[in-house]
Amino acid sequence: MMSKIVRTQASFLYTFILIFGFYIVAHGHLTPGGGFQGGAVIATGIALIAVAFNFSNVKRWIKKTHLTAAEGIGLLTFLITALIGIGTSFFYNWLANSGLIFGQRVSYGVNPGYLNTAGTLPVMNLAVGIEVFGGLGVIILYMLNYVKEVRNDAS
Amino acid sequence: MILEEILQVLILIGLIISGYLAIKFRDLLACAIALGIFSFLLSLEFYILQAPDVAIAEAGIGAGLTTAIFILAIRGTSRWEVEE
Repeated sequence: MMSKIVRTQASFLYTFILIFGFYIVAHGHLTPGGGFQGGAVIATGIALIAVAFNFSNVKRWIKKTHLTAAEGIGLLTFLITALIGIGTSFFYNWLANSGLIFGQRVSYGVNPGYLNTAGTLPVMNLAVGIEVFGGLGVIILYMLNYVKEVRNDAS
Repeated sequence: MILEEILQVLILIGLIISGYLAIKFRDLLACAIALGIFSFLLSLEFYILQAPDVAIAEAGIGAGLTTAIFILAIRGTSRWEVEE
């Protein structure tokens, strides 16, 4: 557990880091960034909490099974989204211009960029974001386990 | 244009200084922070070279996750570098 200054800063900044990560994931098809970068930014929030607070508290807040489940759900969503378009080809963009969610038609020419477009790309960005968040979070939690064991052996 | 070049030279000098400090310090926590500053300056340089995608990845993983993992590892071992 770090000093009170670090803990207050961490609990204040955590929200903004998460919001920025979800912004990067959600605007992956319009602005720079995407699933991997957004997931890494969200995992940075997890790392901030893991560094600043007590080990037992962190282990109670962030469960390893939840992160592993996030990894599995992300990969499954990515694969299923790619497999639905197998009638034409693998990774076929079956959702674009269909009028469903993320399926809005865009007129030809310069536009400011609409969020509700691009078909399966936002869905896949979201899946990759969830998956990267789970994977990097699991890495942080394994480091935390190792630190705890060393501390027990030393004392 | 000239301002951009001056900024690039300053960032490269900052990269060299922070990299030198990271191997010079005896306090390992200060070394980890120096490496974090190194990654931050590197992501700034990527942004100036018009690769914002790489810059976000570098800032998230290099400056955020790697520093956190270093700090966790230092917390599990000792903080000061010992002379053999």
